[in-house]
Amino acid sequence: MVPLNWYIILSAVMFSIGMFGFLSRRNLVIMFICLELMLNAVNVSLVAFSHYLQSINGQILVFFVITVAAAEAAIGLAIIIAYYKNNPTIKVDEINILKG
Amino acid sequence: MLKYILIPLLPLLSFIINILFGRNYIKNRAHWIAVPAILGSFVLAVSACIEVLNGKVIDINVYSWIVSGSFNVSVGILIDQLTAVMLMVVTSIGSLIFIYSVGYMHGDKGYYRFFAYLSLFIFSMLTLVMANNFLIMYLGWEAVGLCSYFLIGFWFHKKSAGDAGKKAFIVNRFGDFGFGLGVILIFLTFGSLNYMEVFGAAGGIVGQTITLLGYKVDLITLICLLLFCGAMGKSAQFPFHVWLPDAMEGPTPVSALIHAATMVTAGVFMVARCNTLFSYSQTAMNTVAIVGGFTAIFAATIALVQNDIKRVIAYSTVSQLGYMFLALGVGAYSAGVFHLYTHAFFKALLFLGSGSVIHALHHAKQDDEQNMQVMGGLKKHMPITYWVFILATLSITGIPFLSGFFSKDEILWQTFQAGDLGKFLWFLGALAALLTAFYSWRLIYLTFHGEYRGDTECESRIHESPLVITIPLMLLAVGAVAAGWVGIPPVFLEHGDKIGYFLAPVLGHPEGHGTHAQEYFVIASSIFVAIAGWVIAYIMYIKNPGLPEKLFSAFRPVHKVLFNKYYIDEFYDKTIVQPVLKASDKIILAFDVNVIEGVVNGVPSLIGVFSKGLRKIQTGLLSNYAAVMAIGVLCVVGYMFFMR
Amino acid sequence: MTLQQIYFGYFATMMTIISLLVVSRKNPVHSVLWMLVLFVHMAGLYLFLNAEFLAAVQIIVYAGAIMVLFLFVIMLLNLRKEEKEFRLQKQWPVSAVTAVLFLVVLVSILGKITVLPELGEYSIDMINAQGSLMTIGNVLYTKYLLPFEIASVLLLVAIVGAVVLAKKRIE
Repeated sequence: MVPLNWYIILSAVMFSIGMFGFLSRRNLVIMFICLELMLNAVNVSLVAFSHYLQSINGQILVFFVITVAAAEAAIGLAIIIAYYKNNPTIKVDEINILKG
Repeated sequence: MLKYILIPLLPLLSFIINILFGRNYIKNRAHWIAVPAILGSFVLAVSACIEVLNGKVIDINVYSWIVSGSFNVSVGILIDQLTAVMLMVVTSIGSLIFIYSVGYMHGDKGYYRFFAYLSLFIFSMLTLVMANNFLIMYLGWEAVGLCSYFLIGFWFHKKSAGDAGKKAFIVNRFGDFGFGLGVILIFLTFGSLNYMEVFGAAGGIVGQTITLLGYKVDLITLICLLLFCGAMGKSAQFPFHVWLPDAMEGPTPVSALIHAATMVTAGVFMVARCNTLFSYSQTAMNTVAIVGGFTAIFAATIALVQNDIKRVIAYSTVSQLGYMFLALGVGAYSAGVFHLYTHAFFKALLFLGSGSVIHALHHAKQDDEQNMQVMGGLKKHMPITYWVFILATLSITGIPFLSGFFSKDEILWQTFQAGDLGKFLWFLGALAALLTAFYSWRLIYLTFHGEYRGDTECESRIHESPLVITIPLMLLAVGAVAAGWVGIPPVFLEHGDKIGYFLAPVLGHPEGHGTHAQEYFVIASSIFVAIAGWVIAYIMYIKNPGLPEKLFSAFRPVHKVLFNKYYIDEFYDKTIVQPVLKASDKIILAFDVNVIEGVVNGVPSLIGVFSKGLRKIQTGLLSNYAAVMAIGVLCVVGYMFFMR
Repeated sequence: MTLQQIYFGYFATMMTIISLLVVSRKNPVHSVLWMLVLFVHMAGLYLFLNAEFLAAVQIIVYAGAIMVLFLFVIMLLNLRKEEKEFRLQKQWPVSAVTAVLFLVVLVSILGKITVLPELGEYSIDMINAQGSLMTIGNVLYTKYLLPFEIASVLLLVAIVGAVVLAKKRIE
């Protein structure tokens, strides 16, 4: 029998790796992939909870997370393309138009 | 239940649509939304009234608005007999005025805005009359005040209109302050704001006193006087009457709707609604009666000498509202509400008729379009307007068998019965009726008879107003003639006083002590004064047109006082407005130099110092921000689990 | 060590390693490809947790649609010169410390989790009897109908948004 905690710790490890990637990579596309990784880490814990609590709600939530992830990927990548057209770079440390 | 909620919600919907999409999309088509909305609520109101006629009283709580300990307010609807009458007045006259406005406001730049505000006003008024507790009524009360401000100042590019709007709002604040205090006191006393609970418990607090500034004051009298204070503000009773004549700066449909038919009657409605409370306090009742009687004659004397057509009617409104309060004050609540109902028709008709005149003169490009001294002879140019005006005037002066006769007579008769004070007030009322007859006919003769006194070139351009204006006038004329037939006094027709019996469950039915002979005397005297006023006006303005000038010069001081409205405005200006302005000038000057200047110069330099440091954080790099966010989350989560 | 624990151990190890690979590859195409491998492993883990439907969705939607979208976008961008530069930002030590601390916090909190004695009605037997798809469908189209519809609106918005953002401006 595998304890629930193992799954949760696996999920935490994946989440932290994704977080590190998101915070430190320069490539905007890879940052997005890291974001997907973080979402998937959460999904793992949700499915595990669903299994161990014998409740279906966790799986439903995963379903919605996947929907949101799809929407977010579509919009995010469209933004990257739109930005790239004007300014051919996807290095985040060169994108600083937020600075007034 | 939805049916009842929709009555106020339809106009609200029309307001929302017009105000959001009016400027760019709807523009001159605003009436296609507003008119169906008001007609819809009219139809729903009629069906609700039929249910009430069949003996059903609707009292439902729609939604729990505020629940805080013992303070519990719900948004609720109460449709009883009193509300039914008000619903009919507001929605029927509202509908006619909406239709009239389509013609009157045609081509105005703020067309959509006008209909949006009118709709909002109807919504507020319906909220006020349909509420089942004091807080919702207060909400409607304030909202009609706000709408009145919007609509009086509708032509805000005119300074006088803006000033009049401000004046109405501020004068109303004085009254509303009292009303607000009254509502608070009711809650403190009864622990509830629901009508039924408050009125049910009202008997239990008779004789209780409250210590106020060291004096012992009767609790229920205090509550009633505070409520009446609000009613005086809203219904323009002396000394708060000053805003109403100035409110004539607004477009004429607004004057008709707000300042004749509906909003100003809110005070009368409120006192009638709280009749259970007032009945327990003789002091408050006497105050109401005296203020009403005094205002009736006071405003009538001013109206005698005014030259602005709308101002004459405005003072007439103040005077008629005085009559209503007189009736309420002597305990004849249903007579007061009956007069409210008939008055709404003929006064709306007078205003809309004068609007028709102004409209015609405006299109004839006359400069001074509201001054009666340069009108005259309009009878042959505007026959429809002339004849509806005649009907309205006959009605308001109390010529037998028209609406105004029945309601005014009912009031005078009930007043006559009410003891010695009542006899005195009846005398005031009858005198006011004489004056009413005089100034109403003076208005007709100056405007429609004789020769045109303005530019002859203008005269050729004057013609009757379009159908969209005259049809509502004709419909209102039917109301002005026939609306009173539901309240024929018993001496003429057994069981003729239908409206009195209809309203009896809410307002009670006063038992008269007078004899039939006395009643005939009262009726005969009111017919006499009505005709006497007419005759005097005829002699002065048709038979002998030079007479007014001679009289004016003979009684110059009196004329001057009346013409300047007893200098009340000047008095307020000297005693309240100027001192406040001067004091605030001084305070502002001192405050400005020492505090504002210091802050104005100090703050930017301080901000400069801080921002130099803060700018370094502002890198504009996404990852930096994300990292800060992650660290923040880390701190919060860590704190939550380890520090606690 | 039971067989189940060995099975889980394999997946856990592989998923951790692959996650590290995804994050660390210089070429985004490699990242995406490793991500695909990761998804296959996750699907395996879902199967192990009696979530057959989600395992399928994971492969079809995530691997089949979203990752392909990433590949398309990478193709559209010309990323040659970026491959020569250092892959991490200046702030990477800070991020590393944050991530490690985060892991420590999470593990120390989550390690204490115990399953409550009262369990829901969806036991393994029940799901097996009804089928995973039918179980989810029953709940999704009844209790979660409104969120489901909102999710569809969200996707519609995403489609429109993506078109508006990515299309050429017509002057």
